[in-house]
Amino acid sequence: MHQDSERNGAADGDANGKDGHSRRLTDEEFERYSRQMIVPGMGKEGQLRLINSRILIIGAGGLGCPAAQYIAGAGVGTIGLVDGDVVDKSNLHRQVGHATSRLGMKKVDSLIEHLRGLNPLPTYVPHAFHLDAQNAADIVARYDVVVDCTDNPATRYLISDVCVLLRKPLVSAASVQKSGQLIVLNCPPTPQGVVDGTPRAAPCYRCCFKKPPPPGSMVSCGEAGIMGPVVGMMGVAQAGEAIKIIASALHIPPDPSSSVSPETNLGQPALLIYSYDLASGVGPYTFRALMMAGRRRTCFACGEGSTLTLEGIRAGSPNYEQFCGLATSINQTRLPPEDRITASAYAAAAARGELPPHILLDTREREHFSFGSVDGAVNVPFGKLLVAAAAIKRDGAPADTILPTTKPSLPDDAPVFVVCRRGLDSQEVVEKLRELGVDNGGKRKIMDIIGGMKAWRDEVDPTFPFI
Amino acid sequence: MSAAATQAPPAVPAVQTIPITVDFSGGLEMLFSNRRHHSLDVPAADDEGKKSNIGFLVRHLCSTALKDPRTDLFVLDHHIRPGILVLINDADWELEGEEAYELQPGDNILFVSTLHGG
Repeated sequence: MHQDSERNGAADGDANGKDGHSRRLTDEEFERYSRQMIVPGMGKEGQLRLINSRILIIGAGGLGCPAAQYIAGAGVGTIGLVDGDVVDKSNLHRQVGHATSRLGMKKVDSLIEHLRGLNPLPTYVPHAFHLDAQNAADIVARYDVVVDCTDNPATRYLISDVCVLLRKPLVSAASVQKSGQLIVLNCPPTPQGVVDGTPRAAPCYRCCFKKPPPPGSMVSCGEAGIMGPVVGMMGVAQAGEAIKIIASALHIPPDPSSSVSPETNLGQPALLIYSYDLASGVGPYTFRALMMAGRRRTCFACGEGSTLTLEGIRAGSPNYEQFCGLATSINQTRLPPEDRITASAYAAAAARGELPPHILLDTREREHFSFGSVDGAVNVPFGKLLVAAAAIKRDGAPADTILPTTKPSLPDDAPVFVVCRRGLDSQEVVEKLRELGVDNGGKRKIMDIIGGMKAWRDEVDPTFPFI
Repeated sequence: MSAAATQAPPAVPAVQTIPITVDFSGGLEMLFSNRRHHSLDVPAADDEGKKSNIGFLVRHLCSTALKDPRTDLFVLDHHIRPGILVLINDADWELEGEEAYELQPGDNILFVSTLHGG
């Protein structure tokens, strides 16, 4: 038999000797967590805090997978996972807790299968649906710390509001394309409405990000792309912060009678930003830690006189979709029908040879275009086209210099067809070209291909490599 | 006393400028010639002769460095649009007086678009 009391010094020297907080570790736990327990500051006490805690991870995607792996590996006792999606092949380059063999499975179930393989000891709780205003408080209430791994602003504001009201620390991160951000909020949790104090009360998500960006300025991973290691780095950092909060009991407000160690003072919140550059090495602007202000006196959620309540949230106030501009979604149609042609009609007319010599302008990004395009299409990315249009307007250059040169050169009434990824940018381009006078007072037809290359894939060529 | 301290101060140039660095992150660099880091000399005073502040810097950037016509991705109603954090020497501009902060030589001003993907 092992001499457990000698091996992990259970019975003596524990100050907080209640419940599981002073029990001895099992042989399994002792062996499994030995390498992290010997880290200065961690010890058996920190490990037992992890074992006795509950962490909620909202989102089982690019942030949630790496965050969950390290939180599970570290031995957090109860791990809740919230996600309503299923595993898609396009997730796997970054969502490394899923597997090719589990495509189509609910993400929470897939990730739990992976986590159990890593560490069977924690209790894993699947919440196989999306968090919403009705269910958020009931779920969050069951946990000690919340890790926000979601992908949209409406849910981020909802999670923060609920965490303020239920007094839960929140580890928030986000990532798109080549950038990542991380911030610990609401830690230690302070009652709603209390701003002053030493240290100053910690901010919530709304204190730092008062208003969401306008919907048109936001890009998702699906549209803008995302590098796996960038979002992975942020997810791993979230796990690190969540483990630190629990192991060091940073979420428990310091006892005012004891001297507060400056080492555990979270009073000065920091936003970590990570800027990855595919074309250069790690440089001075790669990692930055930015000093953020504390709780905002006038904050809608946690500030003085806030009227936010859990009952209100459940009843639909505030309206998160409206706040984030999702209720008034971007107008899908801005051009009249006579200025538009379906992808199938264009393809059929081209196949029958009915189209006069024309310019087919593809305004997707270069990377998207590189995977495939319609025969004869010329690539001028949307941003470049807008810059060129502005320059022509400013310098008074001939309008049609914005069009790509063709060989042989086409008559000045040759029609222009514009196609983009999903059919929004192309309509704006049609308007822009008209505004410049490229249509020669109506002599030249300028038309939008409805629904972009997505429609081309759906209506014309199912093998087209649409991303 | 060192020799340098006794020398006459350098002559004041006709148009004074302040050397600063400006960084863009979170995708905003796309609007500024795809460059994340810019070294600039900005006028020391605005059109009314007041010391240049962040509000002036934003107008100055719009008229000199913002080549992309999608200016509404950077400013809305003459102010930084919602969803952009402004950091003055790595500290939230709220700690420094926001638009009223007067630029100092060597300042680093960072504009970060907040991200929501995950």
